[in-house]
Amino acid sequence: MAGAARVTASGWGWRHAGRRAFAVRDLDLALEPGERVLLRGASGAGKSTLISALAGVLGGEDEGEQVGELLIDGIPADRATGRAGLVLQDPDAQVILARVGDDVAFGCENLGVPRDEIWTRVREALEAVGLRLPLDHSTSLLSGGQKQRLALAGVLAMRPGLLLLDEPTANLDQGGVREVRDAVAETLRRTGSTFIVIEHRVEVWRDLVDRVVILSPEGGILVDGAPDAVLSKNGRSLADAGVWVPEFPPVAPTRVTTPSETLLSTRDLAIGRREALRSGIQLDLRAGGLVAITGSNGSGKSTLALTLGGLLAPREGEVVAAPELAAEASAHPIRWKSRQLLTRIGSVFQDPEHQFLGATVRDELSVGPRALGLSTAEIDQRADELLARLRLEPLARANPFTLSGGEKRRLSVGTALAARPRVLLLDEPTFGQDSRTWRELVALIAELLDDGTAAAASTHDELFIAALATDELDLSPTEVRR
Amino acid sequence: MTSTILRVNPVAKIAVGLVVAAVLVLTLDWVSGTVALVLEAALFPLAGVPWRTFWVRTAPVWIAAPVVTVTIALYGKASGHSYFHWLFIDVTTGSVVLALATGIRVLAVALPAVVLFITIDPTDLADGLAQVLHLPSRFVLGSLAAVRLVGLFFDDWRSLELARRARGVGDRNPVARFLGQLFALLVLSIRRGSKLATAMEARGFGTSTTRTWARESRFGWREWTLVLIGAAVAGVAAAASILSGHWNFIGS
Repeated sequence: MAGAARVTASGWGWRHAGRRAFAVRDLDLALEPGERVLLRGASGAGKSTLISALAGVLGGEDEGEQVGELLIDGIPADRATGRAGLVLQDPDAQVILARVGDDVAFGCENLGVPRDEIWTRVREALEAVGLRLPLDHSTSLLSGGQKQRLALAGVLAMRPGLLLLDEPTANLDQGGVREVRDAVAETLRRTGSTFIVIEHRVEVWRDLVDRVVILSPEGGILVDGAPDAVLSKNGRSLADAGVWVPEFPPVAPTRVTTPSETLLSTRDLAIGRREALRSGIQLDLRAGGLVAITGSNGSGKSTLALTLGGLLAPREGEVVAAPELAAEASAHPIRWKSRQLLTRIGSVFQDPEHQFLGATVRDELSVGPRALGLSTAEIDQRADELLARLRLEPLARANPFTLSGGEKRRLSVGTALAARPRVLLLDEPTFGQDSRTWRELVALIAELLDDGTAAAASTHDELFIAALATDELDLSPTEVRR
Repeated sequence: MTSTILRVNPVAKIAVGLVVAAVLVLTLDWVSGTVALVLEAALFPLAGVPWRTFWVRTAPVWIAAPVVTVTIALYGKASGHSYFHWLFIDVTTGSVVLALATGIRVLAVALPAVVLFITIDPTDLADGLAQVLHLPSRFVLGSLAAVRLVGLFFDDWRSLELARRARGVGDRNPVARFLGQLFALLVLSIRRGSKLATAMEARGFGTSTTRTWARESRFGWREWTLVLIGAAVAGVAAAASILSGHWNFIGS
């Protein structure tokens, strides 16, 4: 292999086509070969833009405008094909071919590596990430953590001098996070390549990196130094700026109420779409309480949320709405009309994009109130209020699909709140939030609970559970525990 | 050639399907189709496709062929003796012969196509198209990657449906809802496509470097044998038809 890469940015900046502000500006940064960097910065500080530019996938002149220089080993990053390898956040978006071996080989083929050498590299790469599967194993059968390790192997087989990871564990459960982290550690031990990782959770990578660089949203670099020094000296201000610092977890509001009457409950509920995932679920959602639904990826958390929300029919048993919630409607949410559902149970999906219906953020918040036939004044008032509370005001006229991951998540929570349902069901509500927006989201949910909303949230987030959950249901494959 | 059928280059399988179809559409008589079908029936057991799979996958063909036959018998061009006449229905000697010829033809073309195609792996096909037929690799691999996304579209569609119900717009009239959802699916699929394109680009896809191929796609004796078998079936069928005087060039 060609050895670890040197990275140099001087006065570098990038503005996406059609945006007024620069995503990254005035960046001066030098990475010695073999350096390992954790890259941070609040939402919108341009972390992903920088890492995409280094990987050469930002696109050409019609995609945006570049200023200054960004070099890998002295060559402009967009021309240094194969020197940098990138692993992205979404496991499903990175599987390219149907068989494990072919998928890993894909990058080598593109680099023109001779056939015999490709298969040597493929075996080595799979070995390094600990994916001991037959080469013809189907990629669609892999778990999220395995898919991310597969993506890592695909990059590794290209033998890049610079390894780039953009929130590689954001979509994974704790087991998956560990798998990926260990695979990266082993990879770095073997290759010694230069390494940059973007990650909300500093503690995952802290021991693996020797430098923390924090980008400033105003351009340039806010802080740069050894992990311990940076975190102990600037921990507080970083935490305030939205960076997750283990020593300074965001402060959750103190809850004042205890759960009262039951609004929604299940009796011997079995859930599943094509096959039964779990049965015998007994659950009570009470006003002022939040039930945390936990368990590994694929254990049925999302399916349970959809079933509770009157969107999927129970396979066995029933979901029962208390008379206070059901009012004139049936006791079974699955029989409700879509409009009846709106004021009773609000569901926030795991993938916000599935729920977007409007052309702008403001429209999006008006969909529910409009379906209820509210007056224009009332619709506007609710939208304004939510825009302010979710800090989406500057984006009121933006297309929902163009928002960042964290913003999309807040908007999708907002769309459910707009109809003021008594029961709120959240699927991974804190995905992709920086610590500041996390705090705001948690405060908002706490307020709703205090006002008598009943909630359930499927989540991996321990802090979220500690802050808000009044009860926990673990769906892990052993057995249903309460 | 039992399980070797799986290892035969997909390009050869497609070629065979095309050869048989090409000869059988040139004529419309019952002899050529019957001869081809009999020969194929003798070859199917050699293909190594389990019988259960064979019947399940060819079921649509077994339904389509009789439907076509009956339809043509009832409404086909009338000639010769009339057996039954009612309004537009006229069952005659001519229409019955034409119906049988067409029904047999459907079986003779579709059955081998199904048997050959169900043993095609999309990745192998892409390798063959790019390496044997030298189609542009960007096009071939782009299509291959896109095929994998189709499964995700079904999940997306289902989620969109549930999401609409959750957002209070699930009671609208079904046509408007369907169109709205179709548009949303289009938006999502474009986004998925562009994410996939980024992932492919990040692995060096689409640069000016000449690509190598991890899997070699060969066109050797196995492939030529299969193509020759296909040509022989088509040739014997055509010869039998011409020699027995039943060959009627289509349109004549």
